[in-house]
Amino acid sequence: MLSIKNLHASIDGKEILRGINLEIKAGEVHAIMGPNGSGKSTLSAVLAGRPEYEVTAGEIIYNGKNLLELAAEDRAREGIFLAFQYPIEIPGVSNINFLKTAIGEIRAYKGLEPMEAKDFLKLLKEKQALVEIDRALISRSINEGFSGGEKKRNEIFQMAMLEPKLAILDETDSGLDIDALRIVANGVNKLKSKANATIVITHYQRLLDYIIPDVVHVLYNGKIVKSGSKELALELEEKGYDFIKEVEEIEA
Amino acid sequence: METANKTGTIKDKLIFEFETSKLFLFGDTQLRDQSMESFYKQGIPDRKHEEYKYTPIASMLKGEFNFSTTKNCSDEQIEELKFLKGAYVVIIENGILVEGLSNLEHLPKGLTICSLVDASKSSSPVFEKHYSQYADVNADPFIALNTAMTKDGVFIHIEKNVIIEKPIHIIHIATAFENTIIHPRNLIVIDENAQVKIVESYQTVDSKAKIFNNALTEIVVDKHAIVDHYKIQDENDDFGYLLNTTQVIQKKQSVFSTHTFTLSGALVRNNLTIVLDDEHIESHLNGLYITNGKQIVDNHTVVDHRKPNCNSNELYKGIIDGKSTATFNGKIFVRKDAQKTNAFQSNKNILLSEDGTINTKPQLEIYADDVKCSHGTSTGKLDQEKIFYLQARGIGITNAKKLLMHAFASEVVNTVKIEALREYIEAKIAKTFE
Repeated sequence: MLSIKNLHASIDGKEILRGINLEIKAGEVHAIMGPNGSGKSTLSAVLAGRPEYEVTAGEIIYNGKNLLELAAEDRAREGIFLAFQYPIEIPGVSNINFLKTAIGEIRAYKGLEPMEAKDFLKLLKEKQALVEIDRALISRSINEGFSGGEKKRNEIFQMAMLEPKLAILDETDSGLDIDALRIVANGVNKLKSKANATIVITHYQRLLDYIIPDVVHVLYNGKIVKSGSKELALELEEKGYDFIKEVEEIEA
Repeated sequence: METANKTGTIKDKLIFEFETSKLFLFGDTQLRDQSMESFYKQGIPDRKHEEYKYTPIASMLKGEFNFSTTKNCSDEQIEELKFLKGAYVVIIENGILVEGLSNLEHLPKGLTICSLVDASKSSSPVFEKHYSQYADVNADPFIALNTAMTKDGVFIHIEKNVIIEKPIHIIHIATAFENTIIHPRNLIVIDENAQVKIVESYQTVDSKAKIFNNALTEIVVDKHAIVDHYKIQDENDDFGYLLNTTQVIQKKQSVFSTHTFTLSGALVRNNLTIVLDDEHIESHLNGLYITNGKQIVDNHTVVDHRKPNCNSNELYKGIIDGKSTATFNGKIFVRKDAQKTNAFQSNKNILLSEDGTINTKPQLEIYADDVKCSHGTSTGKLDQEKIFYLQARGIGITNAKKLLMHAFASEVVNTVKIEALREYIEAKIAKTFE
């Protein structure tokens, strides 16, 4: 589904990603861990098409298409979904109108008929129950006055509504208490299928107790320095990121 | 006054027109003479005039103008402008109230709506008590000019304790085949404990030449009255020139909310003044201007707190595109007696183009010591972070920008309490964003 080869990316002339290689198949869950500043969020931003980042080398092939040639909105229409680390507030745009517009544009891109209002409402109700988000929140403006946990839950709700093929969860666990974490993880698990894939970006191992990864990658200094099974996350938690740094220095 | 002649500057032409037509105008000749005298002294303000620095009226008023009130548009065209179903409709075409096209049958008890000419002729005591008592002819040349030269307009009176449920819609139509200047005038008096919603819409129809509409409305809000006032300015971008003076006086414990929507027009200048002349008054001023092309829109507001314990709240927002220029100048006076005043003002702008201009100037003059006043202005581009967030959900850049502009405007649009009017404005705004 996703094939990243030798990806280099920079922002304001500063190189952050220095040769990422990553292969993700449909049905898989990949966790990307790493210390602060290792490039985790840059990777998610580059995948989603954030304009400030410049890809200086390498390629990303997504379902046979050159992802780097697609505008951000077209990536979303092709099924890529980024759950933002810091979801922003957009006062004056209701969640419902926002999702209606998004679904409308995605369907138009795929050459599908517009969704009937009653089908949209049905979908809304169904997904709202699935991710356990308060109905009152959905009728409000996007994230306006939401708590940190509510914002994260709204990201997962949007993900449920848009049914992406590749979901990237950028530190979705940060700032969540254990109850909220369980609800969010539960939502993600319910949305998992053989046809879609998930990238879970996190600093801590805890989220991976709830969303079980097939592969864990360790990102350090803009490169994936280690990949392994879910046990790697536990090892990392136990030994800390210094252990990776040491490995890296020895190898260098 | 010098001898006026027909040729020469626009000032000369206005004086000549006044001298030759004043015998046919309604009302008090002395008031008209004094007003013309005052206009003569003040003259047409040019760009050196501090208050008209960003409103190039003098250069707009070059060339030939006439003062005819000839009708040009058809009855069908006028019917189309009646967008508020069920409202009491007043049609004012080129400054003259057209009774035949207005919908003023079956007015409820306690509501008077008639032409200014009729109100003046019948010597209505309410008219005589309030006419030209608030808009000071010496304060502004266009008040002077309107007071001297107005031919007609509407007089509305709501009696004590009367609640008018349906809105009153005053439709100002400007229509000209040759460059024309008109001076419509309205007087609206809301008596004690009465309630009403008034919508003024300004439109140009079927015009082929510049029309300068020097319109003035005086509103008297007596004690405990509650008034909702709306102005929808939607004139032609090539021919519509509007100078709209609104002078409001509020009495004890009254609530006055005014909303100014400027959606189009070549040049629009609003002079809105609210005097809070007693205690426990509440005033709300909301404004939204959406400009494009070479449009010039200038909102000057004055909130004059004269007595203690009053609240005023002002919010003006603008979206500026193309080579247009928007100006906001908001004055708040808190007089020495006006202790415990709460006065808030905010002006926010989005500049969509490199060539657009926004001038924003809050002016607070506070002479009392126990008050809460604040003002804030901001001007920026559409937030790139928000655009990206919407794009990341599959929304294209065009729709993303539209959603954000609607969101920005909605803070003002949502203050409209008449649902049909809010829908009308939303549809109009959606069109301007296309």
